[in-house]
Amino acid sequence: MKIHEYQGKELLKQFGVTIPRGVPCFSVDEAVKAAETLGGKVWVVKAQIHAGGRGKGGGVKVAKSLDEVRTYASQILGMQLKTHQTGPLGQKVRRLLVEEGADIKKEYYVAALTDRGSQKVVMMASSEGGMDIEEVAHSTPEKIIKVFIDPADGLTGDQATQLAKGIGVPDASLAQAVDTLRKLYTCYMETDASLAEINPMILEGGGGIKALDAKFNFDSNALYRHPEIVAYRDLDEEDADEIEASKFDLAYISLDGNIGCLVNGAGLAMATMDTIKLFGAEPANFLDVGGGATAEKVTEAFKIMLKNPKVKGILVNIFGGIMKCDTIANGVVTAAKETKLSVPLVVRMKGTNEELGKQILRDSGLPIVSADTMADAATKIVAAVN
Amino acid sequence: MSILINKDTRVITQGITGKTGQFHTEKCQEYANGKNCFVAGVNPKKAGEQIFGIPIYASVKEAKEKSGATVSVIYVPPAGAADAIWEACEADLDLAICITEGIPVRDMLVVRNKMRAKEAKGGKRTLLLGPNCPGLITPDEIKIGIMPGHIHRKGRIGVVSRSGTLTYEAVAQLTEIGLGQSSAVGIGGDPINGLKHIDIMRAFNDDPDTDAVIMIGEIGGPDEAEAAIWCKANMKKPIVGFIAGVTAPAGKRMGHAGALISGGADTADAKLAIMEECGFTVTRNPSEMAKLLKALL
Repeated sequence: MKIHEYQGKELLKQFGVTIPRGVPCFSVDEAVKAAETLGGKVWVVKAQIHAGGRGKGGGVKVAKSLDEVRTYASQILGMQLKTHQTGPLGQKVRRLLVEEGADIKKEYYVAALTDRGSQKVVMMASSEGGMDIEEVAHSTPEKIIKVFIDPADGLTGDQATQLAKGIGVPDASLAQAVDTLRKLYTCYMETDASLAEINPMILEGGGGIKALDAKFNFDSNALYRHPEIVAYRDLDEEDADEIEASKFDLAYISLDGNIGCLVNGAGLAMATMDTIKLFGAEPANFLDVGGGATAEKVTEAFKIMLKNPKVKGILVNIFGGIMKCDTIANGVVTAAKETKLSVPLVVRMKGTNEELGKQILRDSGLPIVSADTMADAATKIVAAVN
Repeated sequence: MSILINKDTRVITQGITGKTGQFHTEKCQEYANGKNCFVAGVNPKKAGEQIFGIPIYASVKEAKEKSGATVSVIYVPPAGAADAIWEACEADLDLAICITEGIPVRDMLVVRNKMRAKEAKGGKRTLLLGPNCPGLITPDEIKIGIMPGHIHRKGRIGVVSRSGTLTYEAVAQLTEIGLGQSSAVGIGGDPINGLKHIDIMRAFNDDPDTDAVIMIGEIGGPDEAEAAIWCKANMKKPIVGFIAGVTAPAGKRMGHAGALISGGADTADAKLAIMEECGFTVTRNPSEMAKLLKALL
């Protein structure tokens, strides 16, 4: 689960990291008022969406007067902000962060994440702050320093010093940088984050260290023990169909193609999508109905897939193990009737009670096409759609 | 022979009294030698009772001492599952198989590092399979986990996969064309897990009763690539490889917590390429995994 920058900064602050003073705003008037309250001569007006690259897309502006704050806030609020992470349609800006201006002497990059290979937490730091870190990793990998952390030990003082020195923090600011890194690590662990990134972490003219941005992602398996993080969830930033699906315990992701697919198991669902592509079409979604699919769940899954106007056909691929094919067949028939299904439907069932399931589909009187293999199913649905 | 488990394996079920644990314990008992294999359950509150004729003990340690079992299977719900893994490890079991889906990554990080620290101090190594996996089966001998037993046949092909239903798909294809399996292993879909592709490939390589292997992977993480490089230098048996997720978009978690593209090296295309370079017969058509394997024998 992702959160906004201003929420990330609130979290960092709770863990003792220094951040600029700022106020989240939902209207232009609020933004101007926030700038007034903050005082000073320079403010930064920042679009709050769950995607990176906001500056390049025109979502971050430096204002030198309250009039400019008003102008920028009205430009940004409500805009369709397009960045390399939003997709071609962009994301509508509904929230702003108005902050005091910062005196930036140097920008650094720091982040904590979990490394699958070593099964450790990795803290990364770079002298190339403010840049796209993937680009730094690609073009100048030597400029990224990493330390690997055993959660039993935590980020040690030595490791934090190694990072801070490695990215060139001057001696006078070393202690605060080390402190910031250790607090970032603690924040990462205690909130069950899967990513905690400060880009940039800045060195101020006066030698202070501050977090000028904050990007977090959280482990959804651990949200049950973090109501404070769940409270940050912004449904406007998420796909409406994916939210709807999650209510029924369905894993759903919308894609760009025109063949809807409904499968049990994440791996088999991806394999089914891949097969659709292999046979000349594109999948419209990923949809895993999970191990305990009921007729109700299958019906909801159909409804969600059919909300997508691009869907011109549906492929159901079920491997009956514990879940029996006849149960699924009944679910498919119910769903097809209830949704008054008007697009071609191909069903491939394998495993427990396969024949019984196929019989139910045949007896339904519905124009459901049966298939024996994934390849057969993909061939048939692609032909039906074209 | 087979890998990791056989008809003589004795199993403790952690979480035997929960709904999932009960359901699958009964199915496992019904399969092949299961009646003799599943010898103990654990639940501190129900110690002294029995379920399906299986005695329940207060701890894994006690269950091991009283029953002689050396393997455990874990159905404990996510919040307590990592502790259950650690309990199996502290009891010095040979193997713990964790079926539970949805364990917080931090809990897995902590327990995996504890397991390593224990080994580093000279403590016994307990292997972990999973979490978020279907378990493993040696056909006609023993099944430990949630896979449908009836699709399997005894034979000489190994199967390893991160995904449950995709494992079943490969097994069913093999069975349909007359090829049985030595063992079929689901290593699970989580980002922080125990045994990896490389460990299972090594075991299949060493198993005199395995002639060839189907290795199935998916997007996310370095495991398949690491296994492929190991296989290139060491594997003496033919391998068919498939990676799910060619059509998966980057940055999206595809059902499995670990199925997430986070860089250039963990896409399906990149993994297929390295597997091919390392001598695997790779396919982009998951419907022909078994057929391709048969052609290699």
